[in-house]
Amino acid sequence: MATHNLKHALFCAIVTVVIAYPILGLDLVAQGTQIGLEGATPTTIISIFLAAGIVFLFQLFRDNIMGNLGKLPKLNPLSGREPMPAEKRAKVEAWVLTAIIVLALFWPFVVSRGSVDLATLVLIYIMLALGLNVVVGLAGLLDLGYVAFYAVGAYTFALLYQYFGFTFWMALPVGALLAATFGMVLGFPVLRLRGDYLAIVTLGFGEIIRILLNNWTAVTGGPNGIGGIPDPTLFGMEFGRRVKGEGNTSFHETFGIAYSGEHKVIFLYLIALVLAVITALVIRRLMRMPVGRAWEALREDEIAARSLGLSRTAVKLSAFTIGAFFAGFAGTVFASKQGFISPESFVFLESAIILAIVVLGGMGSQIGVILAAIAVTILPELAREFSDFRMLVFGAAMVLMMVWRPQGLMPMRRIPISLKRQE
Amino acid sequence: MLVLENVHTHYGKIEALHGVSVEVNKGEIVSLIGANGAGKTTLLMTVCGNPQASSGRVILEGKDITHDATSNIMRSGIAIVPEGRRVFSGLTVEENLHMGGFFNTKAEIRKSQDHVYDLFPRLKERENQRAGTMSGGEQQMLAIGRALMSKPNMIILDEPSLGLAPIIIQQIFEIIGHLRDEGITVFLVEQNAHQALNLADRGYVLETGKIRLHDTGKNLLNNPEVREAYLGG
Ligand SMILES: Nc1ncnc2c1ncn2[C@@H]1O[C@H](COP(=O)(O)OP(=O)(O)OP(=O)(O)O)[C@@H](O)[C@H]1O
Ligand SMILES: [Mg+2]
Repeated sequence: MATHNLKHALFCAIVTVVIAYPILGLDLVAQGTQIGLEGATPTTIISIFLAAGIVFLFQLFRDNIMGNLGKLPKLNPLSGREPMPAEKRAKVEAWVLTAIIVLALFWPFVVSRGSVDLATLVLIYIMLALGLNVVVGLAGLLDLGYVAFYAVGAYTFALLYQYFGFTFWMALPVGALLAATFGMVLGFPVLRLRGDYLAIVTLGFGEIIRILLNNWTAVTGGPNGIGGIPDPTLFGMEFGRRVKGEGNTSFHETFGIAYSGEHKVIFLYLIALVLAVITALVIRRLMRMPVGRAWEALREDEIAARSLGLSRTAVKLSAFTIGAFFAGFAGTVFASKQGFISPESFVFLESAIILAIVVLGGMGSQIGVILAAIAVTILPELAREFSDFRMLVFGAAMVLMMVWRPQGLMPMRRIPISLKRQE
Repeated sequence: MLVLENVHTHYGKIEALHGVSVEVNKGEIVSLIGANGAGKTTLLMTVCGNPQASSGRVILEGKDITHDATSNIMRSGIAIVPEGRRVFSGLTVEENLHMGGFFNTKAEIRKSQDHVYDLFPRLKERENQRAGTMSGGEQQMLAIGRALMSKPNMIILDEPSLGLAPIIIQQIFEIIGHLRDEGITVFLVEQNAHQALNLADRGYVLETGKIRLHDTGKNLLNNPEVREAYLGG
């Protein structure tokens, strides 16, 4: 064992103590009107030092442990398998996807209301991640302010409802188009920037939108948000117990069934499902169209792409705009699902989570992104007891992924495109 | 066909071209030779509008393109094979070619693709291979093929022989001669002075951002200065 390894391990252990002690060991407690600082209990101190010990041992034997971790993928039973031929794989994929969609259609009728609600959220994240995937995965533009377009979609619906009485169906296209317009207008000046610079500017842009929503109290209600956002209707039928909108009828009365709060939840879920499927199909189609090739070409080699007459701005802007469009879609659904929105819902963390989904899923791959969206949304819900450590687990998962499978869950496999020839 | 009139090009404050005038006539092969850092690539990039000339004029087929956007210039009958090949490594050979014909119809693409495969049968064999996994010579063929896909009237090549074995270089130069016979005007930048001047109708020698000499290819080959500096005595 080299001495520098020992030194490094010792250093890491000390850092662990230095960081963990004030965070876990010190507690702020209310003493009457004052706030006092209380020291750690013996158990906390013991666990902190235990943790430091583990860190020490891990760092000491890091090379061995990481070496073994590297061998893990070999345990994968599928790893020795011959890759399927492209056409067969495409067919299998299409079948699997169809089966999943059919299952997803019937699934809400047999599970609890809470599960359906959560599934709707998953679908919203799927839409967001598929949209961001166009920007980051396909066009290679690191956008850290994606949540801004989500916010535009959500607030468009909320405000149009509040001031003009728009319904969900009227607001859906408007919200998506407005988000796309924002994407275009804001993309125009920033897309000249590359890599890190683009990331920083988009990050700033995301924050600007949030701060604007927070402070423009007269219009947006500021931090109080906007409430009472209506649910979608089905051909003028409402899902509430009592009809609110003029000229609307109620769903349960029309069909002569008993009122149930579940109808509304299931209906919203189905809308989200249809929109998510549309998102996936449209983007899949775009990927095979010239514009999709142009995104990839520009990501692979900007100079070569430009030498072929592609306009850098037009290609990047199209990716940015399309990504923003689907975020607007997702935002409208989100506003309707929550019934209440405030700037709180559109913080940087959301952008980070959506980006994490894209990276975890394997940049560019749609199935990977969908799986990652499900995992990232559902796992924290399943482990509610650990909700304090949610970000910790999240971070650890990211680190593990980067070590073990840096290409993501399901790295993108390109579908080669060739011209059909009549011979 | 292509005329550069007293072109100056800057990278920030540094001037890389100090008033360069070059003329390429229709149907010619014109070679430009020069040492590393002479400004050859800069000259070609100025033609493409990236960076744009800070003074002087660039005229393509009678039209002043000095201040046109790169994307417009590259769609007006001119194609470039950039320095270092720059194929799209994740895309297949066929997809690379299709990118070259991005603004053409499917029928045109099909025709140009067949033409490219006639010129480079090797590319046909490797149609579905990812470009990044091909050898340097094959990638160079692909880069030239990709440039031809837009059916250009003029093709610009930036050091196509860079890092290739003599036999492949021979092949590439033959193809370049063949392109001229098809009526495509060729502007060739090379360090491989002997072969480039041998093939060329006319040649230019660029030194630290200035045209030092210009003459027919044969005369330059026999010019003592050129022999001394570029042909190893
Ligand atoms: N992007 C850039 N920014 C600043 N200076 C540059 C840039 N590109 C080139 N230069 C400078 O301009 C000069 C000419 O470079 P250029 O690449 O045109 O030479 P070249 O003749 O093509 O050389 P080589 O044969 O090595 O390719 C060099 O001094 C180079 O350092
Ligand atoms: Mg050069």
